[in-house]
Amino acid sequence: MAETSEAPVTPHSDVLAGHGHAHLPPTGFLRKHVFSLDHKVIGKQYLDLALVAVLTGMVLSWLMRFHLAYPAAAVPGLGKIAPGVAAGGIITPELYLQLMTMHGTIMVFFVLTTAPFAGFGNFILPIQVGAEDMAFPRFNMMSFWVTLVAFLVLLASFFVHEGPALSGWTAYAPLSAIGKAAGPGQGTGQTLWALSIAIFCVGQLLGSLNFIATTLDLRTRGMTLMRMPFSTWAWFITSIIGLIAFSVLLPACILLILDRVAGTSFFVPAGLVVSDQLQPHSGGSPLLWQHLFWFFGHPEVYIAILPGIGIISHVLPAFARKPLLGPKVVLSCMGAIAFLSYTVWGHHMFLSGMNPLSATLFSVPTLIITIPATIVVLLWIGTLYGSRMRFTTAGLFCLGFVSVFVSGGISGFFLAQPSIDTYLHGTYFVVGHFHFVMGVAAMFGIFAGMFFWFPKMYGRMLNETLGKIHFILTLIGVYAIFMPMHYLGLAGNVRRYSTFTDEYMKSSLPLHRFITYAALFTGAVQLIFLFNVFWSRFRGARATANPWDATSLEWSTSSPPPFDNFGGQHPVVVNGPNEYGTAGPAGDHLMQAPALAPGG
Amino acid sequence: MAASAMIFAALTSALMVRKGAAADWRHIALPPILYFNTVILVASSATAALARRRLLATWIVAADSRPGTVPAGTGLTWLYVTLGLGVLFVAGQLAAWRELAAQGVFLASNPSSSFFYVFTALHGLHLVGGVIALGYLIWRVRTAGDDPPEQALGAATLYWHFLDVLWLYLLLVLILRL
Repeated sequence: MAETSEAPVTPHSDVLAGHGHAHLPPTGFLRKHVFSLDHKVIGKQYLDLALVAVLTGMVLSWLMRFHLAYPAAAVPGLGKIAPGVAAGGIITPELYLQLMTMHGTIMVFFVLTTAPFAGFGNFILPIQVGAEDMAFPRFNMMSFWVTLVAFLVLLASFFVHEGPALSGWTAYAPLSAIGKAAGPGQGTGQTLWALSIAIFCVGQLLGSLNFIATTLDLRTRGMTLMRMPFSTWAWFITSIIGLIAFSVLLPACILLILDRVAGTSFFVPAGLVVSDQLQPHSGGSPLLWQHLFWFFGHPEVYIAILPGIGIISHVLPAFARKPLLGPKVVLSCMGAIAFLSYTVWGHHMFLSGMNPLSATLFSVPTLIITIPATIVVLLWIGTLYGSRMRFTTAGLFCLGFVSVFVSGGISGFFLAQPSIDTYLHGTYFVVGHFHFVMGVAAMFGIFAGMFFWFPKMYGRMLNETLGKIHFILTLIGVYAIFMPMHYLGLAGNVRRYSTFTDEYMKSSLPLHRFITYAALFTGAVQLIFLFNVFWSRFRGARATANPWDATSLEWSTSSPPPFDNFGGQHPVVVNGPNEYGTAGPAGDHLMQAPALAPGG
Repeated sequence: MAASAMIFAALTSALMVRKGAAADWRHIALPPILYFNTVILVASSATAALARRRLLATWIVAADSRPGTVPAGTGLTWLYVTLGLGVLFVAGQLAAWRELAAQGVFLASNPSSSFFYVFTALHGLHLVGGVIALGYLIWRVRTAGDDPPEQALGAATLYWHFLDVLWLYLLLVLILRL
């Protein structure tokens, strides 16, 4: 490293030549807490960003749910906060679509991608492989700040003329590509949307590169690939998916922006008349956008859920006090899911007018991908069999994850078949399906990770009593919200409509009201979690180095870890991460690194 | 590099789909200066390889004989030449754009010109990144002291070859498809 080349030989330069800490502990406030190169600070920054984003997205969903339950009523207070877009607090159909678009975009990109992958991954991955920091700390810092800029650009679209985009988080062309004629928010708002997502892609590409390089190059002595914890494996695989997926979405967004601002015709066909105006484009292909988007979009589902699968595989054995069943099978299944995720994107497009033969071709891998997912679930359940489970909050969220993952996964079998999907695709069945399997399951993974790693991140424990109340009420709440949506869908209740006041849909209104109450209730329950996180950050009980009797490297160092993670020492790994239920010096488990070797 | 390759793979498939989508595809004559630029870029790849071999050889000899300082030798000169050729290539690409613009072929004129501009602009951006990387490498080599930047040298030259191969691929696509 250039910075240390003049200095005398540093204590650990011979252990990890060239891998020493490239930067010294910062002293200024800005360098320490704001523009930090420390992966631990960056990880917390990502999690804080995700927290702001998830609260924003949740408030947007409340507005939508309120309107669905009471289509004619004004939202109390909304008229005062946003008189420009919701005069008198009334939600217009256009505003409803804008809320829906922003809810989806914020949740998928800025919550489900940032929290489980960039947030926990940044904080935990380098410690779990025994490194002092990420391979490229500067890129790491840029990755966060670029992502923050993307978020701010997206939020800015709330404040431009006619508000944010209304074309959904999938931004289907030509609606997204022709500008103002397509409706309010399709002017500046949609351009900002495409710009924000393009910027986001750059940030995640930088992050993914870093994860891959760190995992391959910076592992400590004895940390073979097969000894890496499951969570690190999941982040590693996720970053490979991310690298390929985001580098397809990036040019797609660039082409979309060019169609919008430079008058090109990548996605807009000739002779298109919208709002009585002939669009000045020729010969583009709207289907092309869908192919490019879903080639990213389906792997994105696994970017959101694979870290969750990794976190559960890592956390569950620590509370079951049993080794995870079939560790190598779990890893191969994660790999298989990652590979197959690139072969199934067409199942989002069964209704797009695609050739029915290709629909069948996409249907087969979609059914096959459920096999590795099912195997992993069965291995989790097998791990629980005969275990002496410690029912901590993190452990409970693991069980909750298995529950909602199965509930959401089972409806996937139905949707994978084109003939059934033709009926269900445009209905609330799909809304219930993806919220369970991608939204709630990933959130439960985040909660499990939060309760498990919070002591390591802040040196204090989260309150267990509050945590358990939060878990039970949330579990009840999410089932009350998303289970009825499946019935609505089977009954033919279309999605993306802002009101169901037409005669033939009126009978769905009571169920919609019930879902709205459940959503408001579940949202209110999250205040318990919010209070717990803030209160425990400053007032929680002090955490010991290894409060859960877990095995991996992050529990071999203090809580919170020192700046260079292991205090100038290097862990020497002699065991795999899965040694539970084995008598050892520390009790019923064997640490991955029983002792730290002095540096040098 | 995998990410960049995916970006261009996605764009190529977009081009194929778009070409099949409608009959409004018009062939454009590629500006001849592109072939001159191609020669420049291939030559720069050669000089980058030469620079790497010379630098590595010098560093090995230096490590054996006189620890303390590492001379850069002629390898550094070849790095400068590579940098110069890279800048020349970017300038040449800009000239190609001006030539097309002078013919009245702009970004939005027709689908093939749209793809031409997108391809060349994105490759150009990658190349500017490569020029910055080369500049950083030259700075590292000059201030190396005891610790020659072998990894940075390997990474920067590999990336440079990648840009070269990528351009040859893009040129082939442009010739065959536009």
